[in-house]
Amino acid sequence: MAKYIGKRLLRSLLTLLIIITIVFSLLRLMPIEGYFENFEKLSAAQINVGLRQLGLKDPLPVQMLNFWKGVFKGDWGVSHKYAVGRPVLDIIADKVPVSLRMGLISLGFALLLGLPLGILMARSTRTRFKIGDKLGTVFVVIIEGIPAAIYHLLIQFYGSKLPGGFEMFFHADKPVTWILPIFSLALGNIAYYAMWLRRYMVDENNKDYVRLARAKGVSGGKIFSAHVFRNAIVPLAQFIPTSIILTLMGSLYVESLYSIPGMGGLLVQAIQRQDNTLVQALVLIYAAISILGLLVGDLFMALLDPRIALGKKEGDR
Amino acid sequence: MALFRFKDRKTEELAAHLNDHAKAVDEKELFSFAPYDPNAGERGGYSGYSYWRSTIRAFRKNAVAMFFLFIIVATLLFTFVEPLLPYEKEPNTIYYSEQVQIDLFTRQPKLDENGNPVVKVDLSRDIKPGKEYWFGTNAIGQDLWSQIWEGTRNSLFIGFAVACVDAILGILVGVLWGYVRKLDFFFTELYNVFDNVPQTLIVVIISYILRPGMGTMIFAMCLTSWLATARFVRNQVVIIRDRDYNLASRCLGTPPWRIMVKNLLPYLVSIITMRMALAIPAAISNEVFITYIGLGVPLETPTLGTLVEAGRKVMSSASLRYQLFFPVVVLAVITISFYVIGNAFADAADPKNHVN
Repeated sequence: MAKYIGKRLLRSLLTLLIIITIVFSLLRLMPIEGYFENFEKLSAAQINVGLRQLGLKDPLPVQMLNFWKGVFKGDWGVSHKYAVGRPVLDIIADKVPVSLRMGLISLGFALLLGLPLGILMARSTRTRFKIGDKLGTVFVVIIEGIPAAIYHLLIQFYGSKLPGGFEMFFHADKPVTWILPIFSLALGNIAYYAMWLRRYMVDENNKDYVRLARAKGVSGGKIFSAHVFRNAIVPLAQFIPTSIILTLMGSLYVESLYSIPGMGGLLVQAIQRQDNTLVQALVLIYAAISILGLLVGDLFMALLDPRIALGKKEGDR
Repeated sequence: MALFRFKDRKTEELAAHLNDHAKAVDEKELFSFAPYDPNAGERGGYSGYSYWRSTIRAFRKNAVAMFFLFIIVATLLFTFVEPLLPYEKEPNTIYYSEQVQIDLFTRQPKLDENGNPVVKVDLSRDIKPGKEYWFGTNAIGQDLWSQIWEGTRNSLFIGFAVACVDAILGILVGVLWGYVRKLDFFFTELYNVFDNVPQTLIVVIISYILRPGMGTMIFAMCLTSWLATARFVRNQVVIIRDRDYNLASRCLGTPPWRIMVKNLLPYLVSIITMRMALAIPAAISNEVFITYIGLGVPLETPTLGTLVEAGRKVMSSASLRYQLFFPVVVLAVITISFYVIGNAFADAADPKNHVN
């Protein structure tokens, strides 16, 4: 197993290199008009000077080399469009904690509510009227059916009118204003986890070994906790590390609605405004953590289900 | 006292059924040896059972799912029929009303130098739903009713196209990635590369290089949408690839492709169909997202994404909220239908639900 992890980490470095190369080259395909605020008024010479200042006149490999040198020295470049002259690492370091805190709370909330809801729905498929399942399905269907952009808006609109001091906008020092955005963020995840956990548990419930256990008279609760849930959580477990890590990416919709100074939309804005240094830094960070997330997810899955072997073993293909 | 628990009632029923049977045959028949019958060994085996036929039969028994299937088919058909109906308005035409100016003093139509009446042109902007415009008009005077049906057709087309590529590429890559250990590293890294080049960047670049439009949009979405399905299928395959029945198959020398097609895929049918049913609404909401960040299809091709986005902008004024309401309702109905159909089909695809 250790060998497998080592190998994968080594290859991840290569992957990071490839990703950065691709993004680097793609960014150089962008039209040069985008680098200047008032392109039409500039003379050819001014444009040349501007491009040289941005380091865009060098051949691509030289630019890449400069970038990597900078990364290892801890100098990731300065933003030249989003916040002119500020080091990109500073910008990111300012924003990450906000998104991370908010995302983690809402994810924790989503897991605490979504998984029990999924279990409840799956268990109620075995009762006569399936009330729990039907109510749960209605909830999941509504959340899945209405576009996220819309229900976030509705929650903000009507939620801020409720008594209790909820406000339209986010203030870092007033915890009450955190509730609505966290609730908005969690809703989608609650529906997602409940929906898939229900699906896996219902599938598992029909397996022969569960029927045998039931025929032997093992109690319903024991079957669900020891057999059905244990097997059904495995495919979901793979995604959990990734979703924990990716909370620091923030949410575009929610953060722009409540004007939260987080990471959501930073990448989109940086790309649209052609702030190359910021895009490169963000891609490098996101890529590194999501590669790690995939690996941790695999290990987590193997840990929960000992039958899964990731590395080589005897009798292999 | 009546039995309330489902289990108890079922037991009661079964017991009654067995008792009836026992009464029908007499004691002698029950306790005598059966004569040897050489043909008995030949019985059984072929039962005329067909997996897909049974799946469809089980699916058709689900009235709710059939109802939603009908809704989807009817919506799809109607989006094609609607432009052909008489008196239908064009989705892209900007409507206006003309009013002849009346001179206040003479009470006669005003005339210009050439002797023609002066006509004041009034754009039919933000007209509420009514007889003339069933769903009202939008901010520049286009008919929302015809825009919504045109948009639904375009969005469903985008959804189907993306979901098809998603299904084919995603399942192919997912199964190979999960099952063939030698390809594990290759596909893991391929996934990482594709997953981490931002979708926004790809969409921006593509819309610079190619002409913006539906084809470009579909292409850009296809480049990244299969990733999630591939990872999803791969996780499932990793979980079941070393189960005993697959080990037994390998020991018996079954070639890998046969294990993939006959052992792994049938096991995953229910989960894959659920996933595919959700892929179409997911593609539509992805399109809403791309429109939200300002990179959607050009305005002359209405889609549900552009309509929802246009409605979202005017949402703060209560009198214009109908512009958001109608597209969202259509979008919600489509998503809910696919979800219910997918879930019902996933249940029907489990062979254990075929016997009853």
